[in-house]
Amino acid sequence: MPDFFRRKPTFNREDAEHSDGPVVPDGLWVKCTSCKDLVYSKDFERWYRVCPKCDHHARLTATQRLNYLLDSGSFEEWDRGIVTADPLHFSANGDAYHEKVQQASQKSGQPESLVTGRGRIQGYDAVVAATEFAFLGASMGSAFGEKFVRAVEKAVELRLPFISISNSGGARMHESTFSLMQMAKTTAALSRLGEHKLPHVSILTDPCYGGVTASYATVADIIIAEPGAMIGFAGPRVIEQITRQKLPAGFQTAEFLLKHGMIDMVCRRSDLPETIALLLLHYADATMGRHTPGYAHASTGKEGDA
Amino acid sequence: MTSTAPAWERVQLARKPERPHSLAYINMLISGFVELHGDRRFSDDPSIVSGIGSFNGRTVMVIGHQKGTNTKENLDRNFGMPGPDGYRKALRTFHHAEKFGFPLICFIDTPGADPGLSSEERGQATAIAENLLALSSLKIPTVGVVIGEGGSGGALAISVTDRLLMLENAVYAVASPEACAAILWKDASAAPEAAEALKLTAQNLYEFEIIDEIIPEPEPAHEASDEAILRTGKTIERHLTEIESIVSDQGIEHLLELRYQKYRNIGAWVDQQEAVISGDSPDLARQNGQTAN
Ligand SMILES: [Zn+2]
Repeated sequence: MPDFFRRKPTFNREDAEHSDGPVVPDGLWVKCTSCKDLVYSKDFERWYRVCPKCDHHARLTATQRLNYLLDSGSFEEWDRGIVTADPLHFSANGDAYHEKVQQASQKSGQPESLVTGRGRIQGYDAVVAATEFAFLGASMGSAFGEKFVRAVEKAVELRLPFISISNSGGARMHESTFSLMQMAKTTAALSRLGEHKLPHVSILTDPCYGGVTASYATVADIIIAEPGAMIGFAGPRVIEQITRQKLPAGFQTAEFLLKHGMIDMVCRRSDLPETIALLLLHYADATMGRHTPGYAHASTGKEGDA
Repeated sequence: MTSTAPAWERVQLARKPERPHSLAYINMLISGFVELHGDRRFSDDPSIVSGIGSFNGRTVMVIGHQKGTNTKENLDRNFGMPGPDGYRKALRTFHHAEKFGFPLICFIDTPGADPGLSSEERGQATAIAENLLALSSLKIPTVGVVIGEGGSGGALAISVTDRLLMLENAVYAVASPEACAAILWKDASAAPEAAEALKLTAQNLYEFEIIDEIIPEPEPAHEASDEAILRTGKTIERHLTEIESIVSDQGIEHLLELRYQKYRNIGAWVDQQEAVISGDSPDLARQNGQTAN
């Protein structure tokens, strides 16, 4: 794996505390949450937070994700000021939603559960949208939906490919039907992206469920999942509870989805930049509005005369 | 008569087994209805009915969730919870309607999409997502009516329509009150409170401008079924006529633009950055925001 060590992602130490990531016993070593083995923490960060012993891909914050995926210094964030307006004045059991949002914002360092902008992946320009799981489980509320749609519309305007990187618990219950309708809103925007012949590459990471999986994240030209990521519509506990069925081993993993024909590939985190860059290379002509002579526009027969 | 009923009461009314379900509406409103079966992929899902018929003199295609009226029927119909096969049957109907230029009428009445093992294996999430995508750009007039329970993504998958109507005692939410209570109250018995908090009534959703019209139920539909169905038929007709004249006056592309904007504009958010930058001139800030890329 030669390019495993080639890239040096910048890493913000504080981010580690916001992910499910391995427990840090003394700051020098980290304990893998899957195999419980100890890994030298600097190595762990250098290895994209993937355990070298068992290949467990630990969850990333949106910042870590973008640091790993994008060329250093290439990210330009958009619409950071968009936050929810709490349309229902929702409160559950005395817990007010607007307070939850404030806590989530402090915990995650993000004002919402989606980070959008443009950046480069091994030299290829793209619009990117990455979820922040530490912000209310990256649930899809109004602000998420608005930021997502703005990013897609910007991709159309700039004629750039669109890359989404998702993990999410699904809907934002505190916004009820407003949240539900973001599924329609985000998907409709992607329909427009498609009409403009711009590709959407969707990266599914652990865990990805509900409203996100059942909307924009599976409406993609290419769907890639990280190894071992849990992906589905209903969560395994819900399924077991309702059907009283014992779920088979490996149910709803990325590999399970690949076997059932739901995704294009399972790709290790360290290979993602190169894989996406290769794909973007193949779409470059289509994205730039150029067509392969001979068949793409064969029927017009007058390419270049206009 | 129940306009002040708390949300939880509405949920009970929306779920009444005696309440008319999709086939009751179809039988009364659609003449010469021919039911069409199967997704041409795997199976025929009985929790979604689909077919072709005549609505007030024009050919339409109809899709509806179908619940049973008793336990046996409900077991046969999986309680109106479609799997991917049901959504793919709907998708086939969408494209069929578009091919022939028939308007599409959807009756929404489901607790939610089926949460089972085989549904996951065959791509429940993908099936729903693909329907959302298809509906957003379907080149025909579309009308959806929530006649009972509008349960989450399973309802949305056939309800992204040009006009979305709701019966007075129907409900529509992102999750069932029980599920919401279990997650946010950590107690499923808090469902009545959750129902209130979810703002799931037709009145709520009309105020939020998420639905276009409430179809009144002077008497609950389970007690005055024919009346509710006929009133629904009249309301659908009025909206369909309006949409058809938009298409004939301004073209189908204009209708698609209206549909896009309808869903594009749903959401409640504020732009803090804009507020901070702009001070008293939000327009300037908006301009700045768009040019500074
Ligand atoms: Zn490990």
